[in-house]
Amino acid sequence: MITEEQTSQAVAGILSSHKKEKKNLIPLLQEVQAKLGYLPKKTMQEIADFLEMPEVEVWGVATFYNQFRFVPLGKYHTMVCMGTACHLAGGRLILEALERELDIKVGETDEDGNFSLERVACIGCCMLAPVIVIKDKIHPKMTPFKVEEALVSYKQETQRENS
Amino acid sequence: MFTVTFEEINNRAKSEWAALQKGSYILVGTATCGRAAGALDVVDAFNKELTRQGLEVPIIQVGCTGLCYADPLVVISKAGSLRVVYANVTPETVHRLVEGYVAGDDPCLELALGTLEGGDGEAVYIPELPRFERELRLILRRCGCSDPENINHYIANGGYSGLEKALKMSPEEIVGELKKSGLRGRGGAGFPTHRKWELCRKARITPKYVICNADEGDPGAFMDRVVLESDPHQVIEGMIIAGRAIGAEQGYIYVRAEYPLAIERVQIALKRAEELGFLGDNILGSGFGFHIEIAAGAGAFVSGEETALIAAVEGRMSTPSPRPPYPTELGLWDKPTLLNNVKTFAYVPLIIERGAGWFASIGTEGSKGTAVFTLAGKVASAGLAEVPMGTTLRELIYDIGGGIAKDKQFKAVQIGGPSGGCLPETLLDIPIDYDSLREAGSMMGSGGMIVMDEDNCMVDAARFFLDFSTKESCGKCTMCRLGTLQMLHILEDITAGQGKIGDIDLLLALAEDVKIGSLCGLGKTAPNPVLTTLRYFRDEYEAHILDKRCPAKVCPNLTAYYILPDKCDRSCEHCVLTCPTEAIKGGAGEIKHIDQEKCVNCGTCMDVCPPEYSAVIKVSPITELPVEDVAAKERGIAQQAKQVA
Repeated sequence: MITEEQTSQAVAGILSSHKKEKKNLIPLLQEVQAKLGYLPKKTMQEIADFLEMPEVEVWGVATFYNQFRFVPLGKYHTMVCMGTACHLAGGRLILEALERELDIKVGETDEDGNFSLERVACIGCCMLAPVIVIKDKIHPKMTPFKVEEALVSYKQETQRENS
Repeated sequence: MFTVTFEEINNRAKSEWAALQKGSYILVGTATCGRAAGALDVVDAFNKELTRQGLEVPIIQVGCTGLCYADPLVVISKAGSLRVVYANVTPETVHRLVEGYVAGDDPCLELALGTLEGGDGEAVYIPELPRFERELRLILRRCGCSDPENINHYIANGGYSGLEKALKMSPEEIVGELKKSGLRGRGGAGFPTHRKWELCRKARITPKYVICNADEGDPGAFMDRVVLESDPHQVIEGMIIAGRAIGAEQGYIYVRAEYPLAIERVQIALKRAEELGFLGDNILGSGFGFHIEIAAGAGAFVSGEETALIAAVEGRMSTPSPRPPYPTELGLWDKPTLLNNVKTFAYVPLIIERGAGWFASIGTEGSKGTAVFTLAGKVASAGLAEVPMGTTLRELIYDIGGGIAKDKQFKAVQIGGPSGGCLPETLLDIPIDYDSLREAGSMMGSGGMIVMDEDNCMVDAARFFLDFSTKESCGKCTMCRLGTLQMLHILEDITAGQGKIGDIDLLLALAEDVKIGSLCGLGKTAPNPVLTTLRYFRDEYEAHILDKRCPAKVCPNLTAYYILPDKCDRSCEHCVLTCPTEAIKGGAGEIKHIDQEKCVNCGTCMDVCPPEYSAVIKVSPITELPVEDVAAKERGIAQQAKQVA
């Protein structure tokens, strides 16, 4: 777990490597998220102060784009591709299977912080449809049954770590 | 000052390339598509196997050849022998390839897709595959054949000679060449490229900017990603030439965040170009300076619209602004800005190098050159293709894509993503060019092509695209924000079996309103998927509304899975064991039966039922089920509706 102090230090480090220009707002948000995994509330104020703009404007930009998140992700962040090719190949069934198996809805993280679920528009692997991405690993040509199989190994891994 | 001439750089690159061709080397396609299929594991396996056998053969990670269905793709090249292409390579087959062909003389043809040289008749000669009779590769010609991270590979194969030539031309001459070439914007709308360039060149305000639009947001389109991952220098070279032509010194490449590998490879390419003096304050000693920065998108489909993209680069919410003023006049930070698509820039060095006349000789009267398409969906050989404008849809889908997978029946082809339309079989012989596609109700779009077969429901497809458009609407215009949402609700009702006959007219009326009431392309074109499916597949809408029937058996509320009692083997328990909701009842030796109340229509039982029984079928309308099952299904639907609410 990262302490608040470490978070502030990390953010200060990122801020100091940028010029105080408005065009740096999106890169700043991206770098903070890359470092912390999400955008904590306090950070938004810090970025606003740094760029000398109202905090509401920072929130406006951050909530406009799909990339930014305001809650920490699970250890195994799972993305379901909902592009056209994946949809036609049964993407909805895959998404439903994941919601069922993980017992969370799209946009949520489970209670233990292990899994989070997100739908994405298209990751450009259309010939392998339908695809899901679990912790940066692409799983091609999924079926509801293969979803269960894929999750078993990750679930075992979290259990091993916890015991 | 230390300056190296282009000739020296060129000679060095050519000798490096020639030295490579003299020995053996291995190419592995590691673009995102290859990686998804496991290409990085293949690279690892090659490294280990070569070390184990004490062989020193370079492994070069290249981009995508467009034969995505064959990924991971490996080429083994040996001086004096055939260059052999291997498809669907796995870490397990690597040992065999190294021992057989890298170390020995056995080309392992049983694992090969074919050879790149005229063979002895034993293996397929790849350039003679039917698809290559149709294809003409200009901007894809180096993709998958040269190292995107090695600038010398690019230079040795003709790279940066267009820039060298352009530096000796006046800006007027460069724009003049583009005008003669007839190049039109490859972002989708097809605006004549030279007109944008000319407006920017004539603009009096300085500084000016060049922006490359690599915000490839259409789901199902990935050619810009492939170009950036496989051959990024041609885009950079095109941008430098643009800077020279309009008098700009700064360029930006706006790449969407979902493409991390593209960003990485462009970053490397920019660095190499700077090191060799193709970017910087004094390019090749010409006195002309140009710099390029990457702006990484943060995920918004609307950013593909030029004014919205400019807002994103400035660090604002990506919402479009009314035009005029056009970006060529008041663009980035209110300065004249030239915005073109990735592929548009990629054509520029070729046009300058080989001449406008050559380019204009390819294609049709109104659409010159080639078009790059991604073929995905229910096509047998999915991937990327580059064809002369005017090629027909049928040639593209059947000759290049290998027809429909699994011998299914073709139903429609969707072109241009959420802004495009679904075209039926009767229109397969129209030539692909800007004007013919627009007449048919679709558009060229960025070039994503998704093939649909008999198992795809057209109403559901329209619903899918509208769902995408409502999610991606930036919210600025009321009709785009709320009109599309109303249309989506109507389509959701129809696919759920709640449609009314007046819905079709209501959809048509709303579609017109959304088109008129929206500022940018996103809203103006959002109704296209609905309009084209209504125009060509109206019978499917009517079946959903009047008969509560989904002809393709897709829509979950109108379709049910059913186990035919006389076909069920009784002793087999595949379906029972795999059903995720434990909806299938029946002990050992009993006929299995689906509890329709619990069934979630996932289709697993149908997939696992052994083909010798094929006992699971889909029925639509659900009234075709036995009476007690219909009641259970209706209870299940009501329950799910409650959960969603």
